[in-house]
Amino acid sequence: MQRVGVFVCHCGSNIAATVDVKRVVEAISNEPGVVHAEDYQYMCSEAGQALIAKAIKEKALTGIVVCSCSPRMHEATFRKAAERAGLNPYMVEIANIREHCSWIHKDIVEATEKAVILARAAIAKVNLNTPLKPGESRVTKRALVIGGGIAGIQTALDIADAGYEVDIVEKTPSIGGRMSQLDKTFPTLDCSACILTPKMVEAAAHEKINIYTYSEVDKVSGFVGDFTVDIRKKARSVDMDKCTGCGVCQEKCPSKKAPSEFNRGLGTRSAIYTPFAQAIPNVPVIDRENCIKFKTGKCGICAKVCQAGAIDYEQKDEIITEKYGAIVVATGFDTIKLDNYDEYAYSQSKDVITSLELERVMNAAGTTKGHLERLSDGKAPKDIVFIQCVGSRCADDRGKSYCSKICCMYTAKHAMLIRDKYPDVNVTVFYIDVRTPGKNFDEFYRRAVEQYGVNYIKGQVGKVIPQPDGSLLVQGVDLLDNKQILKQADMVVLATAIEPDPDVRKIATMLTASIDTNNFLTEAHAKLRPVESPTAGIFLSGVCQGPKDIPETVAQAGAAAVKAIGLLAKDKLLTNPCTAKADELLCNGCSACANVCPYGAISYEVKEVNDHGIREQRRVAVVNSALCQGCGACTVTCPSGAMDLQGFSNLQIISEVDAICQ
Amino acid sequence: MSVENQFKPKIVAFCCNWCSYAGADLAGSSRLTYPADVKIIRVPCSCRVNPMFILRAFEKGADGVIICGCHPGDCHYSTGNYYARRRMTLLFSMLDYIGIENGRTRVEWVSAAEGVKFSQTMNEFVDKIRSLGENVRLGDLRCKK
Repeated sequence: MQRVGVFVCHCGSNIAATVDVKRVVEAISNEPGVVHAEDYQYMCSEAGQALIAKAIKEKALTGIVVCSCSPRMHEATFRKAAERAGLNPYMVEIANIREHCSWIHKDIVEATEKAVILARAAIAKVNLNTPLKPGESRVTKRALVIGGGIAGIQTALDIADAGYEVDIVEKTPSIGGRMSQLDKTFPTLDCSACILTPKMVEAAAHEKINIYTYSEVDKVSGFVGDFTVDIRKKARSVDMDKCTGCGVCQEKCPSKKAPSEFNRGLGTRSAIYTPFAQAIPNVPVIDRENCIKFKTGKCGICAKVCQAGAIDYEQKDEIITEKYGAIVVATGFDTIKLDNYDEYAYSQSKDVITSLELERVMNAAGTTKGHLERLSDGKAPKDIVFIQCVGSRCADDRGKSYCSKICCMYTAKHAMLIRDKYPDVNVTVFYIDVRTPGKNFDEFYRRAVEQYGVNYIKGQVGKVIPQPDGSLLVQGVDLLDNKQILKQADMVVLATAIEPDPDVRKIATMLTASIDTNNFLTEAHAKLRPVESPTAGIFLSGVCQGPKDIPETVAQAGAAAVKAIGLLAKDKLLTNPCTAKADELLCNGCSACANVCPYGAISYEVKEVNDHGIREQRRVAVVNSALCQGCGACTVTCPSGAMDLQGFSNLQIISEVDAICQ
Repeated sequence: MSVENQFKPKIVAFCCNWCSYAGADLAGSSRLTYPADVKIIRVPCSCRVNPMFILRAFEKGADGVIICGCHPGDCHYSTGNYYARRRMTLLFSMLDYIGIENGRTRVEWVSAAEGVKFSQTMNEFVDKIRSLGENVRLGDLRCKK
């Protein structure tokens, strides 16, 4: 029989306001095995933990139950406290009487009754707990960063500067990401390329960083400290070692009508291309869909003009398999498709553009060489209307429920830059709210209004109607004056909502990292572990976790790097001891368990077993505890009931069921 | 109907550690209420839920059992929830055959970010069980007090 101690936490008034804590202590003190029960204001505090340690020693407890907040919050805390007091940390069970009880129930009688039942279930379980010992696993001292935008580059640089090898995998032909498409950055109006390209060069030149561009992650297996990843290097059709980056092939390529991804489809590019002039690596890629050689077999001009002989039409995708200790996801974002927003006439008029397209218009290296002009007729616009929250903060499922966070600021930036360069252009901004919570952000926005005379109208736009004369009629509402507005414009810019890169779901599935309904990766704890995924060894950097601007992205990239470094700095990791275990006497060697194991952790050995005095050779299942992650699939599949999961055994769970249904 | 006379069903909810248990935590921290009749048991994965546990719950007097796991494709262990789905489909049809109505059993996918869905699901499920009344089919009479 165990000697169980039960510790009921008030959590200030978080629990005590709706659960009669004293009554819980009283109700469970006569439960089987319970030799000690007490309550305290804050069990997780130093004094609370000291209380637990004291009771463990004085009453020689062999197991404890803490009735408190979620085990996802403080299970680790109480396990450590128990361990310091000499108790095996796996002899600790938590009854979640806060998140699953006091916070959601109003009636004190009901909530107290439920808390008692939850405590009883935990006591019943701890009575069947056995001390467990974690194993050890190796840490591969190399990190993988998925995505080569500013988030990925910063994370890679920080990890590499700490002395660890880092590989960046980027799906496009160059690193740089969205930031490379931007013209200026708020709130300082730095030139985006001027602050980004040195970082790109630094990453490329870093001896610890290895960059795979035009590559994708194909397969991920393993676990924290020991991931095995297949990286698909897509066929570039250009030999990276031979190419000198002279650019002659791009000049001579006769197929120049492919839409330029870098310019958001506003301009065209050749079939053999580097996305932009400062691309890293400066090695072009042949886009086989648009290449005449690949389409018809005739052409081959690039091969003829290439002095270095770098063109290789026969090149195939190559799979590289590499081991990593940590993986950082930095897959970034894209703007949403505007198919659901016909009222803004985006598909009907060339003069209705997204803000990211405006970046390419304003950029000196963009399609119009930095001249602000209408894309339909090349004329200089006189009136520009910006529409905020296109697809953001949307109550129905047309758009996104969240705020994209960056739009208020970049719209203020665009408005300011336009008014600065073209003072005779009228700029109007329709907004729901202007949100500027950042260092020097509100000052920036006020400058746009006060110094640059940007006309801000609080209200939404219902419709943009293209007129026969080529102008656009904007129908909106001014909420402050409570009147309808009809505004003639030459150009309309849509602050389009951002969403995680569409490939992130595939990547999250490979990594078994949780993802929310908006396709943002979920953090291990919203406040306390914001750059870690609940899946150990996976870290989050940049917009893949939630909308953020460049300073926040860089800060989070650094934070993710520190977490990854903290992992890589360890030589060994303790593994979860809650793994499956086969009972040799019950196992009939049928292989059912091995077939369902997602980790290949189960193998078979012919062993001599002693079945009630009969010694014989039998084929039995053996679990490799270093590979087993403790899901329990095998335990249910096993027809003879030989397989059980330590820490969540059949008997333990049944005892909880019994306690609840009593 | 007064609170005392209202039928208070016994409901066991098995929640996987990675998605649904976290979803239940989020429902809690967001103060999204659902009836106290629901008691949650934490399991590593929905595939850990042995049909035996469900039979045991009904035998011991549970009026409803719900299994919550990660959305298909999002399982922390890659494939666990698919096993759970297949097993439970089979089990529930057999339970229905012996008189435990399909309404008393349910599988639901709740992610760690879906506190609202967790609370809604539990409210719906409790309503359903209340409308079905007490489970009398599989109850072990020896357990009755």
